Amino acid sequence: MSGTYKVAVTVNGQAHERDVEPRLLLSDFLRHELNLTGTHVGCEHGVCGACTVLFDGEPVRSCILLAVQADGHAVTTVEGLAQGPEQLHPLQEAFWECHGLQCGFCTPGFLMTLVPFLEENPDPSEAEIRQAISGNLCRCTGYQHIVDAVQQAAAKRRAS
Amino acid sequence: MKPAPFEYQAPKSLEAALDVLARHGGDAKVLAGGQSLIPVLNFRLAQPALLVDLNRVSELDFLRRSEDGGLRIGALTRQRRLERDAVVKEAAPLLAETVPWIAHPQIRNRGTVGGSLAHADPAAELPAVAVALRARFRLAKAGGERWVDAKEFFAGLFTTALEPDELLTEIALPPLPARTGWSFQEIARRHGDYAMVGVAALVTLGDDGRCREARLVYLSVGDRPVEARGAAALLAGSDLGPDAIAAAADKASRDEMNPRTDVHATTEFKRHLARVLTGRALRTAAERARNGRS
Repeated sequence: MSGTYKVAVTVNGQAHERDVEPRLLLSDFLRHELNLTGTHVGCEHGVCGACTVLFDGEPVRSCILLAVQADGHAVTTVEGLAQGPEQLHPLQEAFWECHGLQCGFCTPGFLMTLVPFLEENPDPSEAEIRQAISGNLCRCTGYQHIVDAVQQAAAKRRAS
Repeated sequence: MKPAPFEYQAPKSLEAALDVLARHGGDAKVLAGGQSLIPVLNFRLAQPALLVDLNRVSELDFLRRSEDGGLRIGALTRQRRLERDAVVKEAAPLLAETVPWIAHPQIRNRGTVGGSLAHADPAAELPAVAVALRARFRLAKAGGERWVDAKEFFAGLFTTALEPDELLTEIALPPLPARTGWSFQEIARRHGDYAMVGVAALVTLGDDGRCREARLVYLSVGDRPVEARGAAALLAGSDLGPDAIAAAADKASRDEMNPRTDVHATTEFKRHLARVLTGRALRTAAERARNGRS
C-alpha cells in the first residue's frame, strides 16, 4: 500500500489541509474530502468536461489531476462563483434566463470553462463560443441555449 | 479510488528526478501533464509501482529563441504556453498553427510538450510536427545525456527510443530555411477529437521560385508519424502548381501510408482524406512561401 501525503490547497479562497493517498483524484478530493459536490464527475477520463475547475485561474479537468498535485495551488470550483445565495454570477444568471441548462449535470463544467473564456474574449463570435465549449458535453440542451447564454452574458458585461 | 495504489515522488530538480529513475526506472511511470497517463491509470490499464511527478521540476518549463534562430522548448512547457507566446509564431509558425488542434483548452492548460512526445500516440499532433520540423530531443539520465532526431525517437505505437532510466528534457527546433511556407491540416469528427487524418507540410522555394524542398508528415495513418518522402521528391524542382500538387497528393495517399480501418473511417476513406488534406496543405504552404517576408 502507498502512504499518505499532505495537501495544502486553497479552494475558493479558503485554505484546506488534508492527508491523502496519492491516487486520490482532485475531483474526488473536492467532493468527498471538502464536500464541494458542485464539481460533477461524469466520464472520469477527461472527455466530458463536467469536472472542470480553475487551477491557478486556468480551466482544467479535475478528474485527471491528482489531489497531491494541487499542493500549494489555488482551485476555484462552481461554489466560488456566486457572491451569495441571492446573488448569482452574471454568467449563472444568463444561463438561468436563456434556459442554458435542463438537467444541470454539465452546468458547473460549462461555467468553469466559460468564466475565464469571457475574461479573455469579451466579445466572442458564435464560432469562438462553440469552439470554447467543444470540450464540454451536454446531453439536454443541444448547446444552442448555452451559446445564447454566453452571448447575453458577454453583451451585459460589455454594457456595464 | 479509480487508479490502483502507487508510490508517489515529486522531485524538485532534474538531478533528483534522474536519480529516482536511475533507481526505479523499470517500475516507474513519469507523470508530466497527465492528460493521457491519468485516464490510463483511472481505467487501470497501467498500474505502475511508482509515479514520478515532474510538475515541481520548474527548470524543465522554458521556451526561448536559440542563438541560431530556432526554438528551445523545455519538456514541461504547457501546450497552452505555445499557443499564447508570440515567440512560437515567429520561430516556428507551423507549431503555432498546430497547437490549437490539440484537444481542448482544458487539456492544453495541463498537457506538456514533452509528455505528448514521450507518449508517442500516432494520432497526436506534436509528434508529426516534430518530425516535420526536424526537431532534436535531449534525453537525459543520471550521469549522461544524448540527442536523438525526432524521426529516430518514434519507434512504434506508444513506443519511443527512451530507456527506462532516461527522461526527455528538451526539444530543439532548428530555424526554418528562408522562403519556407507551412501548413497544418486535420479532419476530426468534432473539434478537439483525435484526427481521422492530419498532415504537417513545409515547402521551401529556391531562388528561381521553384520548390527546393518539401516535407509531408502525417498523423493517424500508421503506428508513428509517417513521412511521405516519395511525394516530397516529386515536388522538389516543381513549380508547386496544381498538377504537381495533385501528383504528390496521389502518391502520398496511395503509396506511402497504410491507415487502418477503425470505427470512424475505413482505410479507403482515410486515403481520400489524406489526398484532399495534402492538396490543401501544399497550396497553403506554397502561397505562404511565395508571400513570405524573407
